[in-house]
Amino acid sequence: MANPMRIRATTSSGVTEVKALMSHPMETGMRKDSSGAAVPAHHITTVIAKHNDKVVLTAEWGAAVSQNPFLQFRFSGGAPGDKVAISWTDNKGDSRTDEVVLT
Amino acid sequence: MNMQRRSFLTITGSALAMAATALLLPVRAFAQWVRPQAAFEAKGLDATFAAMGGTPEASADITFMAPEIAENGAVVPVNVTSKIPGTTEISILVEMNPNPLAAIFVFPEGTEAAVQTRVKVSQTCRLHAVVRANGKLYGTSRETKVTLGGCGG
Repeated sequence: MANPMRIRATTSSGVTEVKALMSHPMETGMRKDSSGAAVPAHHITTVIAKHNDKVVLTAEWGAAVSQNPFLQFRFSGGAPGDKVAISWTDNKGDSRTDEVVLT
Repeated sequence: MNMQRRSFLTITGSALAMAATALLLPVRAFAQWVRPQAAFEAKGLDATFAAMGGTPEASADITFMAPEIAENGAVVPVNVTSKIPGTTEISILVEMNPNPLAAIFVFPEGTEAAVQTRVKVSQTCRLHAVVRANGKLYGTSRETKVTLGGCGG
């Protein structure tokens, strides 16, 4: 069900900037649908970003991160051709990993 | 007989102590990051701070950008940069949300202690950025006015 995320990673003068837009409903579990039934919580809990095989960022999220989460961070290092991979896991055990090649 | 029992206790005891140290060390070294579930489930700002390990000390070395007025509470962009040396973690808290802790970002060596994301803000309140550096907590906050709440309905 999970749609691919959009990742853009650019490197200049030794610093790589990563922007990621994930596709996820991020339901808090507190919202009610039109019939009044509570919508069960469904949100990303863990995000791990890797540069080649080195972890460059770990994030733990609660339900208060917006729908279709956006994330931007920078790490030192990275050369054109390197891979940046971002993976997330949600509270239903669903997960997705996408990667881009640095430009 | 008694001697054997004594030595058995000593050996088992020290083995247990070693195992406990081995379990504790990775957490301290952040080799094995454990999600602080209690902090995510805490209600109210003080309870969340307590679950995170104490009330943060106010610091001017944290740049925290959040809009003064957010038209849509469901998408509030926040930008946190920490200039505190040894920053390992940045957390974002929304004071009046049902569970204030929104996100924790963990920075390994080589990653800049800066992050930008978007959070939900249920109503007009203060947003807090908390930085963990060298085992201590530092924080700063900003007030965001919300025109339309982030809890949809």
